[in-house]
Amino acid sequence: MRRALAACGLSSGVAIVESEAMSGSSVSFVGRVWLAWVCSFRVLFDARFAARVAELKRSEAERASLPPAAPMAVARTVLPEEGALQLLALLQREGRFVDFVEQEVASFSDADIGAAARVVHEGCRKALHAHARVVSIRSEAEGARVTLDNASADVKLIGNVAGSAPFRGVLRHRGWRVEELSLPKRVGVYDATVVAAAELEL
Amino acid sequence: MTAKLVVGIDLGTTHSALAVAQLEGTDERVSALPIMQLVSAGALGESPLLPSFLYFGHESEPALALPWDAERRFAVGEYARSRGAEAPERVISSAKSWLSYGGVDRRAGMLPLNAAQDIEKISPVEASFRLLDHLNEAFRAARPEAGDLAEQEVVLTVPASFDAGARDLTVEAALAAGFDQVALLEEPQAALYAWIEQNGDGWRNHLRAGDRVLVVDIGGGTTDFSLIDAVELDGSLALQRVAVGDHILLGGDNMDLALAHVVSQELEAQGKELDRFQIGALSHACRSAKEKLLADAELESVAVVLPSRGSQLIGGSMRGELRREQVEQYLLEGFFPRVAATEVPKVRPRAGLKQVGLPYASDPAVTKHLAAFLAQEVTPPSAILFNGGVLKSPKLRARLLDTLNGWLAERGAPAVRVLPGEDLDLAVARGAAYYGLVRHGRGLRIRGGTAHAYYVGIESPMPALPGLEPPVFALCVAPFGMEEGSHAALPPQELYVVVGEPVTFRFFGSTARRTDAAGTVLERWRAGELAELPPIELTLPPSGRAVGEVVAVQLQASVTAIGTLKLEAIAQTPLTPDERWQIELSVRGA
Repeated sequence: MRRALAACGLSSGVAIVESEAMSGSSVSFVGRVWLAWVCSFRVLFDARFAARVAELKRSEAERASLPPAAPMAVARTVLPEEGALQLLALLQREGRFVDFVEQEVASFSDADIGAAARVVHEGCRKALHAHARVVSIRSEAEGARVTLDNASADVKLIGNVAGSAPFRGVLRHRGWRVEELSLPKRVGVYDATVVAAAELEL
Repeated sequence: MTAKLVVGIDLGTTHSALAVAQLEGTDERVSALPIMQLVSAGALGESPLLPSFLYFGHESEPALALPWDAERRFAVGEYARSRGAEAPERVISSAKSWLSYGGVDRRAGMLPLNAAQDIEKISPVEASFRLLDHLNEAFRAARPEAGDLAEQEVVLTVPASFDAGARDLTVEAALAAGFDQVALLEEPQAALYAWIEQNGDGWRNHLRAGDRVLVVDIGGGTTDFSLIDAVELDGSLALQRVAVGDHILLGGDNMDLALAHVVSQELEAQGKELDRFQIGALSHACRSAKEKLLADAELESVAVVLPSRGSQLIGGSMRGELRREQVEQYLLEGFFPRVAATEVPKVRPRAGLKQVGLPYASDPAVTKHLAAFLAQEVTPPSAILFNGGVLKSPKLRARLLDTLNGWLAERGAPAVRVLPGEDLDLAVARGAAYYGLVRHGRGLRIRGGTAHAYYVGIESPMPALPGLEPPVFALCVAPFGMEEGSHAALPPQELYVVVGEPVTFRFFGSTARRTDAAGTVLERWRAGELAELPPIELTLPPSGRAVGEVVAVQLQASVTAIGTLKLEAIAQTPLTPDERWQIELSVRGA
């Protein structure tokens, strides 16, 4: 996880190098010789490529020297939108979403899973409705015949996709659109990555 | 400074709300204001309702920062309520019920009741002040151009059943928050004002002279009844509040707790043990299950799942269910039974619903309380207005209505008409803001005056007998229905006070005796007719008089412009013209 996040910042070309280097054993000896050949020339003649490799090498060294207990320090610089974390925290708080998804379900009966799903459904629904207005994109019933006058970004054509507008077909999914999203504002000292604090009962 | 806005504040037992109206111009619309509050750690949200909870942060937590205060160590609102389930020793709830409870010293630090050691307890008055202060901060955030609530006219609502002492303390909290332009309004009246505001001029089509409106207000913590008459006055329609019910600490929270009890007993019968966290969670789960069952007549049962407390959700959760017949049995039959019109609430204490301290109603049957209230009236109601979160349920409204109409049919009276109220959560705040306009002559005022008659206890002179207390007579000092700004007649009786020594009088209030004039002496009264209030106290300062001198005084009541009762002792033989001393109401717990 840490490595993948650190690599996100690099350009795609280098990311391939990175991912192959990380899964070292899967690259054959011949492959490595070829890579070393290509890279040595690009390092010599492409200054930007050389800078990226240097950066990659440096961050590799930094990662190696980091104590294992502080992964967040690296992750923080490339965190996704804070809003996503906030939404995750809301879904967890109201509907135990992360607990549910993170748990292995294979060994449980449908009844157990069903009981937990009620908690998740009710809570996540409440959280979603409190902070977002989600509406269907198409108002027709699913299964209805629909004519689309023009191609539109919010309707995906599937099946025998050919020809030009108007498109005639059967509505399979009504689609969803978020019309309004209002997440709680953040205030004071907090750590957005804590989507659920550990609990210690005194 | 002249106020530009009038702000209605519903300072509720479980939720508070704010609404505003313009004092200038012709715009008479009232709007509810969003209240900014912490909704979880470090997250700020807005809601028209502010849960009336106060949470004291612990040193292990970062500051409970708000945009206007980064260092704050306490929180009010949604986050405070949710912390109440997790750390109950750090949370104050139902401050309003404590404010109206004469059994304790309401200016003494006593809340949270079982406070953690590091918390400096605060008084019910201060707790109310802090809620008001938060509303003020939220107002400034919502209306930055309007400035502070202290610069506006504020109408603060109280239950009609609040006695003079509780009203005084409410005003004290408001003054502490800096609201010097404050007036009080009874909540059922506020609900009717909201109905009038909502109907515009059309309300006159719904009410006729001769109508008697019963307002039933069932909130999270209290139940409040009032009767308001529509009368013909100088050729036009006027409204007059003619009766209010007793203070009943019974509301939606009791109902959810009762259902949680039912489900927890079933779970325990299956060998599952619940801790207090789970009981709290169960009460929440039961509330939403109840709402579903009451809203959908097709549903036979709703699963109530108690999530595990650890991160292992699946397998660790307990599943119970709430069935239709349980909701009907415990809610409809427990809280809204069909009873005879002659039924009276039982006074036997019920252990199941009691929490240490507050004098919760011992009979949970709302319909019995209503029957007892209406039994005092000769004229039955002809219309009804519902208010409060509990009555959002059509099923509960229907049961209440059926029961009431049954009583009316027995008396040969027609069924009541239902006045359709809209937003049962926000009506009181909205009505309060509208009343602010009415005070400026824009709209019809509900007349009514004081909701209680007040009496001072006088020991009758008799020789001391071992084991026998001298009988107490009740001298009426303030009749029912005194209007704001009016004085009661001086009672002919004289009381004697020793200069320099505090003298306490027993003090009584009655919502039932509405015809006693000032000066009436009651030698006996029916059980429940007079309620003993905290004693009142008078100390005559020795200015101009010798300490120990006995002074004859008469007690005179008046009602201030704010709507509070003022009681003064007037010297029979004054040293200076108009020599009088103010008597403090609600000094300490009985």
